[in-house]
Amino acid sequence: MLHLENIHKTYNLGTPNALHVLKGIDLDIEDGEFVSIMGASGSGKSTLLNILGILDNYDEGNYYLAGRLIKDLNETQGARLRNELIGFVFQSFNLLNFKNALENVALPLYYKGVPRKQRYMLAMEQLERMGLKDWAYHLPNEMSGGQKQRVAIARAIVAQPKILLADEPTGALDSKTTVEVMDVFRQLNAGGITTIIVTHEQSVADTTQRIIRIKDGNILN
Amino acid sequence: MDFFNEIWETITRNRSRSLLTGFGVFWGMMMLLLLVGMGNSLVDGIRYQLEGVATNSCIVGANDTGKAYKGLQKGRSWDIRNGDIPYLEREVTAASTIAYVRFIGSWEKNTHRGDKVGTYNLLGVSENLQQALCTPLQYGRFINSKDVEQQRKVCVIGEQTYRDLFPEGGDITGQCITVSGIQFRVVGVQKRSEAKFWLGGDTNEQIKIPVTTAQQTYGGNDVIHMLFGVAKQGEQAATMLTQIKDVLRRRHTIAPDDDRAFWGQDLGAEFRAVDMLIIGLTILVWFIGLGTLLSGAIGVSNIMLVTIRERTKEIGIRRALGASPASIVGQILAESIFLTALSGALGIVAGVGILQAVSPLLAGNEMFSQGTQVSFSVAIGGLLILIIIGLLAGLLPAKRALAIKPIEALNEE
Repeated sequence: MLHLENIHKTYNLGTPNALHVLKGIDLDIEDGEFVSIMGASGSGKSTLLNILGILDNYDEGNYYLAGRLIKDLNETQGARLRNELIGFVFQSFNLLNFKNALENVALPLYYKGVPRKQRYMLAMEQLERMGLKDWAYHLPNEMSGGQKQRVAIARAIVAQPKILLADEPTGALDSKTTVEVMDVFRQLNAGGITTIIVTHEQSVADTTQRIIRIKDGNILN
Repeated sequence: MDFFNEIWETITRNRSRSLLTGFGVFWGMMMLLLLVGMGNSLVDGIRYQLEGVATNSCIVGANDTGKAYKGLQKGRSWDIRNGDIPYLEREVTAASTIAYVRFIGSWEKNTHRGDKVGTYNLLGVSENLQQALCTPLQYGRFINSKDVEQQRKVCVIGEQTYRDLFPEGGDITGQCITVSGIQFRVVGVQKRSEAKFWLGGDTNEQIKIPVTTAQQTYGGNDVIHMLFGVAKQGEQAATMLTQIKDVLRRRHTIAPDDDRAFWGQDLGAEFRAVDMLIIGLTILVWFIGLGTLLSGAIGVSNIMLVTIRERTKEIGIRRALGASPASIVGQILAESIFLTALSGALGIVAGVGILQAVSPLLAGNEMFSQGTQVSFSVAIGGLLILIIIGLLAGLLPAKRALAIKPIEALNEE
């Protein structure tokens, strides 16, 4: 599903402040895997996640996603691939505050060009799946952290992406809610979706099938 | 359709932001309309004050001659006569109208109708004087050429005369009044005139009768006291005045260089000064009005720039979810244009509404007596400018929004 060959990334390339963040990453993640990426802050794990999520470019190497080479894409192509292939879950939920849960979940489908009615139908299905049917018409600030993160997960999977990328998805949650949210990820993964979770919590990483550790821009084995 | 729903939702869900942005435009538009409306009204008011006479005109009358000429003595008295009129009409090419007047004057209690008695100025006029004086009628008609030809005993009365003699009001044309023992049928009633230019006394207190009737009834000759010439479009009143004098000199044997034989003046020169004032005022009104609009627009783009910072995260989220740069720019521009156009339209409605509301209140003030209005084209032009401004105001924030990488926007707390 994901194949990375010798990925390098340097910030401020060509300036005295150049920062070599990723130093030749080789990584393979198979279809349907449930993986966590661990590392201290500054280890390059966020940069790696951004590259995996086509939110950032890399300088050297090759990145294949679902058989496609992801390289030197312009912003429009990147946006299209993100929309088709990737579902994002963030630490701070990143829901639009002025839209209710249902509308937030339906947003990726809007950019995919799905008609309005169908959009809300599909979004409602996902909310039901997350046990949030009764909260569909509530605004994010009326919900708890766990509920918000489940709305965010519903939004990440509504467009049927190939992979689910979660950046510290439990960072803002208490331990009980963390368990619940990780449960949701496990179920989704069991449904066949490749899931990659960036975390610095060992307990969270332990719930995944494979842990990839990053240190100083390299993968440890 | 989906696109507009998305815009509409974004605008209505962020109510305070939208209101703030819209208010600047609303206010600018309303102020522009109020300023232009009031300014136009003031200009109209000034014009109206001058409306008693056609501005590009002259008056001429006869004086005793100032020079001996062709065996005739200096100090000879002469008069303009009916016989001069066809020559004037033919030869004074700069004039569009040459009206003529015979003054009769007023004397104590010269007029009565039933038990109402009053003192009014009596004036014999040619039928074309109305073109020269531009005093509109509220009832009936002006003296016409048949009246003049047949020396009819008809009259047109001023507004004050009408109010004094016919306190019951209404259309009283056809009724009669008695002026120094002679009955005249009223054929027309003038509207009140605020004109400061008076010809034979305050026009509101006049009784105008056909010039021929005046000549026959009060003097029995064909003497004309004054000519009133209106220049053609594009002709100078001064040229017309010279032409009139030339005809009169020839017909009455007056020396070509004898200017003392005439009284009168070129009214055009007087009014040109006022025209300059009006132009100055118009420029000032537009200058201030557009300035107000501009400051409103700057306010809008400022708020747009501020909100785009607030929206960095929203835009980051949308892009992470697969919004293309084009759709982001499109959305921000469409929001901006939509907001500006909508609030601009509301500003127009409010501005026009206020102008309509104050119009009757200001009607008592003679400077604003013409009502406060603003033309449709000004409103639409202003709105178009606003939409363009809205576009520009949206463009800068949109570009700035795109410059931010989605990941940075998402990490911003």
